Amino acid sequence: MAEEAIRTADPVRTGGLIELDGLERVFDVRRRTGPLRREKTRVRAVDGISFTVSRGEMVGYIGPNGAGKSTTVKMLTGILTPSGGRLRVAGIDPSRERTRLARRIGVVFGQRTTLWWDLPLIDSYRLMHRMYRIPDARYRQNLERCVELLDLGALLDVPVRQLSLGQRMRGDIAAALLHDPEVLYLDEPTIGLDVVSKAKVREFLRDLNAERATTVLLTTHDLTDIEHLCNRVMVIDHGRLVYDGTLTGLHAIAPGERILVVDLEHRLPPIEVAGARPVRVEGPRQWLAFPASASAAPIVAAIADGYPLVDLSVREPDIESVIARMYSERPAGPVRPRGSS
Amino acid sequence: MVRLYAVVAAGSFRRYATYRAATAAGVFTNTVFGFILAHTYTALWDERPGLGGYDLSQAVTYVWVCQALLMTCATMGGGFEDELVERIRTGDIAIDLHRPADPQLWWLARDLGRAAFHLLGRGAAPLLLGALAFDLALPASPLPWLAFAASVALGATVSFALRYLAALSAFWLMDGAGVLHFSWLAGMFFSGMLLPLTVFPGALGELARLLPWSSLLQIPVDVLLGKRTGWALVHAYAFQLGWAAVLLGAGRLLQSAATRRVVVQGG
Ligand SMILES: Nc1ncnc2c1ncn2[C@@H]1O[C@H](COP(=O)(O)OP(=O)(O)OP(=O)(O)O)[C@@H](O)[C@H]1O
Ligand SMILES: [Mg+2]
Repeated sequence: MAEEAIRTADPVRTGGLIELDGLERVFDVRRRTGPLRREKTRVRAVDGISFTVSRGEMVGYIGPNGAGKSTTVKMLTGILTPSGGRLRVAGIDPSRERTRLARRIGVVFGQRTTLWWDLPLIDSYRLMHRMYRIPDARYRQNLERCVELLDLGALLDVPVRQLSLGQRMRGDIAAALLHDPEVLYLDEPTIGLDVVSKAKVREFLRDLNAERATTVLLTTHDLTDIEHLCNRVMVIDHGRLVYDGTLTGLHAIAPGERILVVDLEHRLPPIEVAGARPVRVEGPRQWLAFPASASAAPIVAAIADGYPLVDLSVREPDIESVIARMYSERPAGPVRPRGSS
Repeated sequence: MVRLYAVVAAGSFRRYATYRAATAAGVFTNTVFGFILAHTYTALWDERPGLGGYDLSQAVTYVWVCQALLMTCATMGGGFEDELVERIRTGDIAIDLHRPADPQLWWLARDLGRAAFHLLGRGAAPLLLGALAFDLALPASPLPWLAFAASVALGATVSFALRYLAALSAFWLMDGAGVLHFSWLAGMFFSGMLLPLTVFPGALGELARLLPWSSLLQIPVDVLLGKRTGWALVHAYAFQLGWAAVLLGAGRLLQSAATRRVVVQGG
């Protein structure tokens, strides 16, 4: 009861932990068009984005390639200056006070690493200890926790360059959290990870958010990440916010189709079952589409009943197709802007 | 603050210490070059005794101490600079900016950690082998060695500052490696690695002795040989410190311009 009161009072008092108001970022790109001719083009990577994230929220920030996600995250950390609009993180203007902000936030860029490549993982953590001036007891406690939950025990003495992608990513996430940041930005933290590693990372993030109320902003191309982690999802496309709400709401606006990939014992004509339509046949493998909101179970049961089934898997609709559908349903303007609730 | 950079330097030291095979190969190369150069110098000094103000024993000592310091002062590269240029090229440099640490001090700490390893790992063995094979004019008392150590530390700092400037050029030039190659070439020539700078005649010699690269080898070796004592030693330190201050200052200016470029223009 008391906790709920604090939660709802907080954004009113502080106006939210992350606040964007008409944020813009323009890049001037010079391209060589001839031996001496150069053409200057302007790319509006972020084109007037406004939103507020309250303390303790876990938000998905999704959109197709080049939508402006990483550019937004860079501005949120202060390593890129906005071209226009207003931006505050924990009351700090990131690009003006980058270093002060750095002590309060954690960042993981999935495509890059902050770990010291040639040295054992533990050395990078010792570095964080000094860099963020973490009190000794706190450092030990946080490290212990990360090592346990992210399963890093056997990896601490391994040079980072010898770690697998998934191991390195877990190492990077731990490195971003040793100084108890209030906000964690994750730019594609599950890119290239296998199913087991993804699950481990998700579980860790969910616990982090639940136990420490760390605010998390997550960009990803994997809608399953969002499904497991985020109550709220923001979709951006061409630098504009086109959706801000729940994932269920997104599916309702842009009902995607899930794909059932079926392996049969041998080649057969397209499968006919109720609730799904065949989209592709390739030898003994067939693809069937069904509404994302429907359950796969009855369809699977029907196929298993009538066909020599060897294996099957379900593919979630990807963000690209969801967005494509969003446009085909509602051609113009932002879709159902989120209230302050 | 200091502790962070101490951890960085120690990490860098350990990093180079793990490459044992590379260290052994390097010691071998330095030793072979030491023998070739020592014999060349012997022939030269037999023809022209007292060339450059060194007697034969001092000239041969010059060769071996230079071989011992070659990697320490990264006269011809081999330090942090390749990695920095690579991070600039790939854009990883942007995420380095996120850390609450000063980039120049960060890379300086890394390079000094490396220099410390190279002094012990790459320097000691060739000098010892040279001393066994030749009659070297090495001091017997500890004081000149201490004076030498201080001069080497200053030389390593000047060397860092030069390479930091060269590496930062990668922010503006497509080919940052080209500038590095030029800087290594200048280092090879003007540090006194091929021949002592006192041997160079006239204006060229005068100029070479005034350029920052003389801090890397010429000055530390002269300090060890006892050619600079008393006020001459103070003068030598002041010269090295002066260049270190000027070049590090220039590095800071270039660094803030580069940071502005990344942060404002987006790389
Ligand atoms: N430093 C830069 N200079 C010029 N253009 C840039 C720069 N950084 C990003 N852009 C452009 O801005 C747009 C948005 O890029 P951004 O990296 O933010 O996309 P993203 O949503 O993260 O995409 P992805 O899913 O591929 O990671 C792209 O068109 C990109 O080419
Ligand atoms: Mg991106």
